[in-house]
Amino acid sequence: MLGRLSFSAIPVDVPILVGTFLGAAIAGLAVLGLITYYGKWGYLWKEWLTSVDHKRLAVMYIVLALVALFRGFADAIMMRTQLALAYAGNPGYLPPHHYDQIFSAHGTIMIFFLAMAFMTGLFNFVVPLQIGARDVAFPFLNNLSFWMTAIAFVLVNVSLFIGEFSQCGWLAYPPLSESQFSPGVGVDYYIWAIQLSGVGTLLTGVNFFVTIVKMRAPGMTWMKMPVFTWTAFCSSILIMVSFPVLTVAVALLGLDRYFGMHFFTNDGGGNQMLYLSLIWSWGHPEVYILVIPAFGVFSEVVPAFSGKPLFGYGTMVYATCSIMVLSFVVWVHHFFTMGAGPDVNAFFGIATMIISIPTGVKLFNWMFTMYKGRVQFHACMYWAVGFMVTFTIGGMTGVMMAIPGADFVLHNSLFLIAHFHNVIIGGVYFGYICGMNFWFPKVMGFKMNEAWGIRAFWFWFVGFYFAFVPLYVLGFDGMTRRMNHYDNPEWHIWLLIAEVGAVLILFGIVCQLTQLYVTIRDRNLPANRDVTGDPWNGRALEWSTSSPPPPYNFAIVPHVHELDAFMHDKENGIDTRCAGGPYAPIHMPKNTAAGFLIGAFSFIFGFAAVWYIWWLAAIGLIGVIGTVIARSANKDIDYYIPADEVARIENEHSRKLMAQAAE
Amino acid sequence: MAHDTTVQTAGHDEHHHESPVVFGFWVYLMTDCIIFGSLFAVFAVLRNQFNGGPSGHELFELSGLGLETALLLVSSITYGFGMIAAHKNEISKVIMWLGVTFLLGLGFVGLELNEFAHMIHEGAGPDRSAFLSAFFTLVSTHGLHVTCGLIWIVTLIVQMMGTTEIPERMMNKLTCLSLFWHFLDIVWICVFTYVYLASMI
Repeated sequence: MLGRLSFSAIPVDVPILVGTFLGAAIAGLAVLGLITYYGKWGYLWKEWLTSVDHKRLAVMYIVLALVALFRGFADAIMMRTQLALAYAGNPGYLPPHHYDQIFSAHGTIMIFFLAMAFMTGLFNFVVPLQIGARDVAFPFLNNLSFWMTAIAFVLVNVSLFIGEFSQCGWLAYPPLSESQFSPGVGVDYYIWAIQLSGVGTLLTGVNFFVTIVKMRAPGMTWMKMPVFTWTAFCSSILIMVSFPVLTVAVALLGLDRYFGMHFFTNDGGGNQMLYLSLIWSWGHPEVYILVIPAFGVFSEVVPAFSGKPLFGYGTMVYATCSIMVLSFVVWVHHFFTMGAGPDVNAFFGIATMIISIPTGVKLFNWMFTMYKGRVQFHACMYWAVGFMVTFTIGGMTGVMMAIPGADFVLHNSLFLIAHFHNVIIGGVYFGYICGMNFWFPKVMGFKMNEAWGIRAFWFWFVGFYFAFVPLYVLGFDGMTRRMNHYDNPEWHIWLLIAEVGAVLILFGIVCQLTQLYVTIRDRNLPANRDVTGDPWNGRALEWSTSSPPPPYNFAIVPHVHELDAFMHDKENGIDTRCAGGPYAPIHMPKNTAAGFLIGAFSFIFGFAAVWYIWWLAAIGLIGVIGTVIARSANKDIDYYIPADEVARIENEHSRKLMAQAAE
Repeated sequence: MAHDTTVQTAGHDEHHHESPVVFGFWVYLMTDCIIFGSLFAVFAVLRNQFNGGPSGHELFELSGLGLETALLLVSSITYGFGMIAAHKNEISKVIMWLGVTFLLGLGFVGLELNEFAHMIHEGAGPDRSAFLSAFFTLVSTHGLHVTCGLIWIVTLIVQMMGTTEIPERMMNKLTCLSLFWHFLDIVWICVFTYVYLASMI
């Protein structure tokens, strides 16, 4: 009846998990209780959970990403603490099977549910506004994508308390991940979480590709498109090309496990190198999927706070596109040591090094944008400059590992761990947080607290170097990744320093939470309100709307004359908004529960498949198909905002603008 | 965007883009194409890993395959007739041609399942060797797509029954399904040549 599921799957004998469960349960009940107390269930359901508005979905994505950050960071600091303790005679506090689950969950969560969700949140918020569109091409699919991502994250967290998570690392290499060596449910949780969130990500990629191709405002030719939109475009293409390969790789692993097939097994003619090639021909583009939009954020932030247009727009676009193409011809550098031979390794090594050229072009462009500019050191600029320094170091250690000879020494050592945290934290994370500080007033209508933002930056920045420079040293000293215990006395001091770094990063996260709290507390102070919708003297179209923008974004779709469309209009006295009208009724998509229902049924399906509860899996699958068909038959999917209502909202904003100008 | 149920208003068309549905679906099909491409690559790597079991040369029978292929290719033509009728707004003909397409597709899936059952019965199931794992996965991924197409055809037939005209939203759905159905034909031609014929030589 319940497949493999029984009471023994609930880890009541592991105090850490019981404590975590109690904490999560109390926090969850508190949140639910507060929503009930304030009677907000209807509001939450109608205005948020079923919303197809890209701005609302953006907020939900970023909230999801921040929750994932806490979970992923909790894993990280537990690992650092284990390694600070587990030296010589001391076994530490985490037994190996638990430690292995923690590093697997850490990687999976940080990439798929922190970074991907944060990136999608930024796409959702910024892209339609930057291109002068009223929404994305497929608003309902956008909501569905969110729910697929969200339920996959829930599935990963359920594995904490029911059963176990994968112990095979974030990419679940076979043969370790085959049922012969991992008979438990951990890898199955991993497989279904990846597959379900993959559906969401793929639809996001298609959605934004079509949005950018089809829905740009009149006059916005390709080379008048803001750089962030360009990066979202390249990232969407990478998603569309690479995520299907991930789906195939993980599906074949699943077929091995569920049906006893022989794709990657030791026996039966299976081939483990095939898995490595498949997973990395997704995995390498994946890191560019994440970092290219971060480059886009800096390309918006640096000009805004330097009071100058971006230096070398054209080279920035071409550099982004060449990184996009090159990302597909470098995947073998993840396994130089596995016997492909010197010619193949040389090709992939050189291809990898070539990527540093367009990346270097970008760095110089940002620096030349600042050069002779009137640079304001806003919190955003701290993250941007911190990124330039940190990412450059990370890039250079990457080029070191692209030398096959050097890689034979460094492969799977902590040097590698230091390298990719160097680019993922220093590039991706700094970029997304920078973007959050930059666009927050546009989303919410008030600015983020700057002092706490700068404090958060310094803790993260300094904490990063304390946490990861020791790992470079340890890599050279021969310490491999994923160790649970060690005997070498020379390593101990470095792991203690790394622990200090992790604690500093913890302070950084506390500062970020405080920043959010203070921001919301002080939202009504006149200095914090963003009345004009253009707090930074911005250059692209998103700053021409009110903050937060009305549901339809643009009452009258703007005409684009030049690159940096809004700045061009401001300098030439053109009213981008065409205030005063004439306004026409605006066609809008209606909110729908279908995305939530498909997500809920998919969760049931995934959970049941993990535990072999086949009748429940059938219910989940039939629920998904039934909801899709019902949605397809639904004719009540749109409505019009009347012209009077549009005029009222627009005139209200015009009045505020005039009052502000009069002060 | 369903314009059929709402009043067309002046000014709406100022921002009216051609519906992105068909283009979006075409782009989505290209991602599906990458799934098939990856499965073909996997098959290419594992095609000689028989593990002492039967090879394709011993297993495949061309006569049944010829019939399968014929059913699928003819079903593309009948779908085409359905689309011509749809452009002329002749709903009963559209339903008739979609019905014929459905039966042909059903015949294809039936024959394929029969072939699979036969192979598994002979001890040549997907768990026998890496070659057979790759074979079953590639071919049944295509078969699963055809099955989804069949469900889709039934859904559209039911939605069109009793209506008198084909609104833009339904036309978009028919066009997307058309793309999907022809795409599966192209994939099948690759499967037929690369998986079956190449193993028979």
